[in-house]
Amino acid sequence: MGILEVKGVNKRFGGLQALGDVNLSVAENTVHAIIGPNGAGKSTLLNCLVGKLIPDTGSVMFDGQSVLGRKPHEINQLGISRVFQTPEIFGDLTVLENVLIPCFAKRDGAFRMHAFETVAHERDIVARAEQMLDDVNMLDKAGMQASSLSRGDKRRLEMAMCLVQEPKLLLLDEPTAGMARADTNNTIDLLKDIKATRNITMAIIEHDMHVVFSLADRITVLAQGTPLVEDVPEKIKGHPKVQEAYLGQAH
Amino acid sequence: MFGLSARDTRFLLIVIALTLLTPILLQPFPEGSSLAQFNAGYPDLMQKFAIFGIFAIGFNILFGLTGYLSFGHAAFLGVGSYTVVWMYKLLGYNVLPGLLLSVVISAAFALLIGFISLRRSGIYFSILTLAFAQMSYNLAYSVLTPITNGETGLQVYASDPQILAGSGAPTSPHLFGLVMRNSAQVDLGGWVFTFNVGYYFCAVMAILAFYISLRIFRSPFGMMLRAIKTNQTRMNYTGLNSRPYTLAAFVISGMYAGLAGGLLAAMDPLAGAERMQWTASGEVVLMTILGGAGTLMGPVLGAGFIKYFENIFSKINDGILHGWFAFLPDGLEDFIVACFHPFVGKGWHLTLGILFMLVVIFLPGGLVEGMQRIWRLVRRRKSGGPKRKDPEHRPTAAPHMAE
Ligand SMILES: Nc1ncnc2c1ncn2[C@@H]1O[C@H](COP(=O)(O)OP(=O)(O)OP(=O)(O)O)[C@@H](O)[C@H]1O
Ligand SMILES: [Mg+2]
Repeated sequence: MGILEVKGVNKRFGGLQALGDVNLSVAENTVHAIIGPNGAGKSTLLNCLVGKLIPDTGSVMFDGQSVLGRKPHEINQLGISRVFQTPEIFGDLTVLENVLIPCFAKRDGAFRMHAFETVAHERDIVARAEQMLDDVNMLDKAGMQASSLSRGDKRRLEMAMCLVQEPKLLLLDEPTAGMARADTNNTIDLLKDIKATRNITMAIIEHDMHVVFSLADRITVLAQGTPLVEDVPEKIKGHPKVQEAYLGQAH
Repeated sequence: MFGLSARDTRFLLIVIALTLLTPILLQPFPEGSSLAQFNAGYPDLMQKFAIFGIFAIGFNILFGLTGYLSFGHAAFLGVGSYTVVWMYKLLGYNVLPGLLLSVVISAAFALLIGFISLRRSGIYFSILTLAFAQMSYNLAYSVLTPITNGETGLQVYASDPQILAGSGAPTSPHLFGLVMRNSAQVDLGGWVFTFNVGYYFCAVMAILAFYISLRIFRSPFGMMLRAIKTNQTRMNYTGLNSRPYTLAAFVISGMYAGLAGGLLAAMDPLAGAERMQWTASGEVVLMTILGGAGTLMGPVLGAGFIKYFENIFSKINDGILHGWFAFLPDGLEDFIVACFHPFVGKGWHLTLGILFMLVVIFLPGGLVEGMQRIWRLVRRRKSGGPKRKDPEHRPTAAPHMAE
């Protein structure tokens, strides 16, 4: 049993079958990559895991509990954090505040009326946020406004915001898409570092094969909403079905 | 001190000092001088500064922090006023029971309106709040006449029970015998200062309101509210439910508005439906934006500014203008007076409108931003020449949420 179990998930948008009978199992402490041509349904699948979309049929079990019908903040509280295709951060807040917020969310839950406490007096939480920023080499930028960061640093910050919650599962949707080369390398290094230093389960959608093969323990290939194959990276590389799916798309 | 950092404590102490010294600070010109009409240190106006300051401070907790723009906060102002006058009628002229109840009732009212309106965001939220406020206004005029006394407005009559009022109790609003409209006048060689009980009562309330807002700004709760304004998607995917946060902010700002409304009736024992009209809701929006939404002092400055214009600029008429420019040759004098004419007296709205546009266009951070810019300019002058031009394009530090 994996920590995440997706069984028989279907999702239609009008006449379009975006997901057709998807089964997926992600084992604890592994990195599971989901690849596939454009429009294969990768993002749709991910959105079904975090409560943004509700599948038409099928079940999604996380850590022994169904996530279906739960709101995004409830699913996060179960232990799933998500990194977006374009970094979603609190642009008007400082870098440190960006990391403080997930710390409070983790400690206090979805809502708490802490109007008469003072952020600066929460020593433990501030220390933890600063430690996290140090881990991703951003402590020197703690006082900066988050919207003034470079694209790569925004991604780094978003990652820090997710990691500081110590999620049981981290989902990443094309973390390097649309990035300059330097920022891409920067992000890949960070991902490798996370994998090496933390016991974390990750599901990652990625187009960059270099990233995928250097990170993933297992790979699922999705095409037209259905998983074609699932295997270890070495087996996926030369798999005829995979070649077909990508080549069939290319012309 | 007071659970604040050294910097915030200093800030609070300055605010307290300014508030307590207002009757002196606003009387800079000696009585009888030609500039005396710019003095604003009379009780009625100072009370308004404090009361609308409270209103705007509360509104800022909702609008400045979360970005939810309510166009219906005057409804709570009206609720507060009606509550206080009713307590006068039933219990007596002591303001305390009424004020406490006005905060409680406006909170309940805000909970209801907020619960429904906050199902939408952006312009739809604004429209919903506006609709609720206009509904309250119209109800106050029609169906609810038994409670609100309709067009006449609610007031105290001799036949009212006033069960707690003893035989010797004051016959106007008071706090345990301290009569609100009592004043002490001090004449210091031409300068006349009026120290009014009502003003000092409002001032204490305003300081309290400001302190609470300062604490909220520095709290995790306040940080969550700012996070909502910036990015609700991230908020939700970080495990936070934004709805109760916005609702709490809405209710708190409603309580501030209720207190402000209550204080209006505590200064002048009347309550009318026009207090709930949309123009009154719009006014607090203008105050907050003009002063600087999301800043601590901005709303208070904005409130003071608008009330000053409304009461002082509107009193300048052609006669006064002629007086000022009498030293000029007649033709030129008439010309200049004609130029100023549209902007003063009844034209004060025009001046305020132009000022508002200038602020929104050139100072998006409001008057507070203007003051910060001037302050920075002064400091740069002192430290010798402009700073070097940041050749590496270092990212700027986040503006501090103070001042
Ligand atoms: N909200 C929606 N409404 C209608 N159709 C949608 C919606 N979201 C996705 N689709 C369609 O579903 C299909 C799968 O989309 P999805 O975004 O999941 O693909 P993807 O694998 O993430 O592609 P890419 O690599 O381009 O990101 C596409 O054909 C897309 O147009
Ligand atoms: Mg996608």
